[in-house]
Amino acid sequence: MSAEDQIKQTITTNDVVLFMKGTKSMPQCGFSSRVAGVLNYMGVEFADVNVLADENLRQGVKDFSDWPTIPQLYVKGEFVGGCDIITEMTLSGELDTLFSENGVTYDKDAADKIREANA
Amino acid sequence: MPMQASEIEQLLRASFPNAKIDVSGDDGVHMAAMVVDESFRGKNRVQQQRAVYAALKGKMDGAAGELHALALTTKAPD
Repeated sequence: MSAEDQIKQTITTNDVVLFMKGTKSMPQCGFSSRVAGVLNYMGVEFADVNVLADENLRQGVKDFSDWPTIPQLYVKGEFVGGCDIITEMTLSGELDTLFSENGVTYDKDAADKIREANA
Repeated sequence: MPMQASEIEQLLRASFPNAKIDVSGDDGVHMAAMVVDESFRGKNRVQQQRAVYAALKGKMDGAAGELHALALTTKAPD
């Protein structure tokens, strides 16, 4: 299967997908770690794809999303953004809205705690 | 080859001549940039950051990209 088909299949069969360096239990880059950490803390169920394990996928996802950096978050097959965007959206509450609108379960109290800690 | 803050600023300036641009970081590999430009109005963050990445003309591409990480903040002027 081509990298593109593999990516399409992953983002259509999982509601939330994080393409990252390393895994959610063992991130290998600070930016990937931050996004995986937020999702874990908010209790969001997500598929993690380690791009370091597959060079085709590492370049493939950049081409697919037209986005030069990793991590990359997809919700319901739509590209949401990279680390800076996810961080801003978490703090502004837009990420909560996005999850709610897409029927993704998350812990609202945990999200509020992140905002309190960063207020 | 790492990039100097001034080079990054020059590239951004070429695409966003009237923007407020602030590049920080000094190791040339992990840098941060803030771009505030009127052209961002009405665009979402992905569209704004895509425009910034386009301005950097491939400097972040591939494993051999000169710039490993650029923390971006983009917005339209208040």
